Amino acid sequence: MERIIINLKTRFFTMDSIIRTEKLYFSYDADVASVVLNGIDLEIEKGTFVAVLGHNGSGKSTLAKHFNALLLPQGGHVYVGGIDTANEELLLEIRRRVGMVFQNPDNQIVATVVEEDVAFAPENLGYPSHEIRERVDEALKMVNMYEYRQHAPHLLSGGQKQRVAIAGVLAMNPQCIVFDEPTAMLDPQGRESTIKTIRELRDKHGVTIVLITHHMEEAIDADRVIVMSEGKIVIDAAPRDVFYNVTVLKNAGLSVPETVQIIHELQDDGFSIDTKALTIEECAKAIFEALK
Amino acid sequence: MLKDITLGQYFPGDTIVHRLDPRTKLILTMVYITALFMANVLPAFLLMIIVLMTCLALSKIKAKTALKGIKPVVFILVFMTLLNIFFYGGDTILIQFYVIVITKEGILRAVYMAVRLIMLIVGSFLLTYTTSPIALTDGIEKLLNPLKKLKAPVHELAMMMSIALRFIPTLIEETDKIMSAQKSRGADFESGGLVKRAKAILPIIIPLFISAFRRADELAIAMESRCYHGGEGRTRMKEIKTSGIDYAAYAFAGIIVASIILLRRTGLWMI
Repeated sequence: MERIIINLKTRFFTMDSIIRTEKLYFSYDADVASVVLNGIDLEIEKGTFVAVLGHNGSGKSTLAKHFNALLLPQGGHVYVGGIDTANEELLLEIRRRVGMVFQNPDNQIVATVVEEDVAFAPENLGYPSHEIRERVDEALKMVNMYEYRQHAPHLLSGGQKQRVAIAGVLAMNPQCIVFDEPTAMLDPQGRESTIKTIRELRDKHGVTIVLITHHMEEAIDADRVIVMSEGKIVIDAAPRDVFYNVTVLKNAGLSVPETVQIIHELQDDGFSIDTKALTIEECAKAIFEALK
Repeated sequence: MLKDITLGQYFPGDTIVHRLDPRTKLILTMVYITALFMANVLPAFLLMIIVLMTCLALSKIKAKTALKGIKPVVFILVFMTLLNIFFYGGDTILIQFYVIVITKEGILRAVYMAVRLIMLIVGSFLLTYTTSPIALTDGIEKLLNPLKKLKAPVHELAMMMSIALRFIPTLIEETDKIMSAQKSRGADFESGGLVKRAKAILPIIIPLFISAFRRADELAIAMESRCYHGGEGRTRMKEIKTSGIDYAAYAFAGIIVASIILLRRTGLWMI
C-alpha cells in the first residue's frame, strides 16, 4: 500500500523533480553534422541516484553542463526546480541548487587552505561570516575531511582533494550534485573513498545525485541508469535491466560490469543461470546455485 | 631544484606577529623599508637591527629560515660588496696594489650596504612567513579599496594573486613531471652553452603553457559553478579586523621612526 502511494506521488506531483529537460538540443558548431545533444527529454526526481553512462563524445558531459546553466540549450528547455536555466536573473539560485564536481580535483580548488576553499562558494553567495564558518565545518564533516581543514590542498592525495571539492559544493547546501566523471583521474583507493562519500550523501543527507561515469561498477548502486549514445538517450531503466541488455550496451560502445560479463558468458556456454545478479555476492551465489 | 622556491612561503603559527592584521603588516613593512634607508647614522642603524631582531624573536621564526630568503640574491650581494670595496674611494688607504685601492671608507660602506640589503630581504620575507597568502591578498585588496572608485580592478587583481599562489606548487610538480618525461626521451638540460640550454627549455615551456591554459579553462568553469560572479556582494569567512595589537604596533613603529629622525638630526657617526 505504501509503495503505491509513493508511486502515485512521483507520478502526479511533478514538482518533485529537481531537473527536467524538454527536447533539449545543443551543438558546439552551427554544423548540423556535429549535433551533441539531439532532443533529450529527461526528468530527475528529488533524492534519487541517477547514473549517466556513455562512451567518449556521447554528449554526457555536455548534458551535465546544462544542469546548472554552464551551457544554455539551443533548442528546448532545461528546468531546475521549476526555474528555466535561460533565466539569467536567477542564475546564482540555479547554481546554488545544482552543484557540480569535475574530473580533475586540482583544477577546481581555488584557495591555498582547505577550509578557505570550501568557504569559496558561500562567500560568493554573500552569507555572513559566522554562517559561512558553520557551513564549512558541516560540509567538511560530511566528507570526513574536517581534521584536514588547515592543510594545504596540494599536499593531499587525489581522493582527499576530490572530497574537498565535494565539500566545496556541499557548502552551498545544494539539492542536487552533478558529478562529471569524478573518479577518472584517481587511483583505486581514491576512487573507492569518493564513491563511498557520494553514496553517503544520498543515503544520509538526501542529496540528489547525478553521476556521469564510464565505470560500469560505479553505476551498480544507482536507482536509475541512463545510457547515452550519439546525443540521445538509448536506455533509461533500473541498473539490473540496463546491464542485462548486453547487446544494446555493446552497440552504445560500452562494456558491461565484470559480474554481468561472467554470467552472460556462462549463459552462452549453455549453463542455465536465470539471474540478474549485479554485485559480486549476488553473482557468486547465482553461480553456486547453478553448479549445485 | 625547483623545490627550493620559497616565494610566498608561509609558516603557520599563533604569535603576536601572526595575529596582526595583514594591512598593518603591509603598511609597517613599507614603513620599515623607508626607515631602513633613512637610517644614515650608526645609532639609528643599530636601532633598526634591534627592531628586526625583536620582530624575528616575536614571530618565533628561526634565524636559519629567515636567512634562507637571501639565497637567491647572494650573487648580487657579493657583487655589490666587491664594487663598494674597490670603487667607493675615500681617503684612509689601507692597501694599495697597482690600480687596486682599498680604503677604510670603502670597506665600511660595503659592510653597511650588505647588511642593509640583508635586512631589507629578511624584513620583507618576515611578512610572507607570518601571513597566509589569503590574508595577504585580502589585506592588499582592502588597502587598495579606495582605488575601486577610479574603476581599478582591485578585486580581480587580488583574486589573480591568490590563484597564482595556489597554483605555484601544482605547476612546479607539473614542470618536474614534464622534465622527467623529456629526459626519459633523451632531452639534455644540463650540458651545453647558454643558447643550447635555453633551447632545451622550450620543450618544457610549451607543454606547461598548454596545460596551464587548459587548467585555467577548467578552473573558470569550476569557479562559475560555485557561484563566483566577481567581487560584488562577496563576503569573507575570516573578516580581517584591526585590533588592539595593531594600534600597539603602529605606536611602536611611530616611536621608532621618530627616534630615527632625531638620531639623523644629531648627525653623529655618519655612515
